[in-house]
Amino acid sequence: MEKKKINVAISGLNNVDSPGPGIPVIRALRESKLYDVTIIGLSYDSYEPGLYMEGMTDITYQIPFPSAGQEALLNRLSYIQQHYPIQVLIPNFDAELFNFIKLADRLKKEMGIHTFLPTVEQFEERHKANLPEWGRKYNIAVPRSQMIHSVYEIANLHHSYTYPLVIKGKYYEAGIAYNHDQAVGHFNKISAKWGLPIIVQEFLKGTEVNVTAIGDGKGNMIGAVPMRKQVITDKGKAWAGITLEDSTLLDFAAHLFKETHWKGPCELEMIRTAEGKLYIIELNPRFPAWVYLAVGAGQNHPEAIVSMALGETVTPFTTYESGKMFIRYSWDLICDLKSFEVISTRGELKL
Amino acid sequence: MNIRNNIALSDSGFLFDPSTGDSFSVNPIGMEIIRMIKGGKTDPEIRQYLLSTYQTDEATIEKDYYDFLKMVEQFHLIEKTDGKEKD
Repeated sequence: MEKKKINVAISGLNNVDSPGPGIPVIRALRESKLYDVTIIGLSYDSYEPGLYMEGMTDITYQIPFPSAGQEALLNRLSYIQQHYPIQVLIPNFDAELFNFIKLADRLKKEMGIHTFLPTVEQFEERHKANLPEWGRKYNIAVPRSQMIHSVYEIANLHHSYTYPLVIKGKYYEAGIAYNHDQAVGHFNKISAKWGLPIIVQEFLKGTEVNVTAIGDGKGNMIGAVPMRKQVITDKGKAWAGITLEDSTLLDFAAHLFKETHWKGPCELEMIRTAEGKLYIIELNPRFPAWVYLAVGAGQNHPEAIVSMALGETVTPFTTYESGKMFIRYSWDLICDLKSFEVISTRGELKL
Repeated sequence: MNIRNNIALSDSGFLFDPSTGDSFSVNPIGMEIIRMIKGGKTDPEIRQYLLSTYQTDEATIEKDYYDFLKMVEQFHLIEKTDGKEKD
């Protein structure tokens, strides 16, 4: 079968020690059996390694930071559209998702750019700060948690929680506090970086398991691959992981999709306690950086998202290979200063 | 006692639990024991085999064999029925 030629825009090219999912998503699409892809990279920073990696993007454009607003993003995409018409766009950063979700209809109607993203409501209600309410609404087990806005609130936490506690930032970073002083330390460090509120979460003892999954927005889980981290970086990211064979994890994920009607990709971060009970500790509204493991195990989720964005019916994946591993590595990429100069001054780069 | 069906054991003694991602290494005698358990051999049959194959005595087998089985149980490699681990 001849592959369909298609232009796909991908963000998240920061393939650093705490990587964005852009490069793994591009690798998945490059291996697609359905599509012959031209990749239009979308970057925020001239130091994103994905800009300089041969064979990844065909061209990369810098786009305005999310704080610049939706109109600025729309204008930039409109410019890109005149040079490299984007047919499907897959955003990969938490912080940029809100703008893309809000613009999804306009992107499709005004520019012909297709996306396959969660609704604003789905995106908002699964925020870390709203997780207990979300769990109650959909009958999904989540750890107890609450938001705090001041460091002085930590002194009262012992009335309702026992240490250790997990102190989490609004978007990123978390630390485990074994006492009041450590909680204050984490609060100050994380709030200085990511702002307020800070989320205080009950610490669940158990094994962390993660699932990369995609939903069709109608209550169906189109694909899911569970993974356990085998090597973890100091930022808590997986440096090595392995696919698991566990029907309880898949049933749990299927229940979540049935209840929430989640649309698009996501990563479910879960804790399995010693008693075997599963809790969702986070639902990330995008592909995880380890999504290429799912491709290696037999489920090409990014390819499925492209198909669904184009309105095609995708048959749910039913199998994958368990015991498939990934190990990340670092690599010093030698690049020409000219490339850095071009992306820094003109905001676009073709290697 | 039975080893869970999905536990894979390679010829090199590498044992993989696909439900947790845990992997273990067992020595040649450990491999034999795991294979015999998986093959449905009973406890006395396995002990008799070890006694007749290796230069050892019953007391040593008693100690080492049950120590090994306990370890296998602790690593949750035993098949569960109705939420309980089979003996």
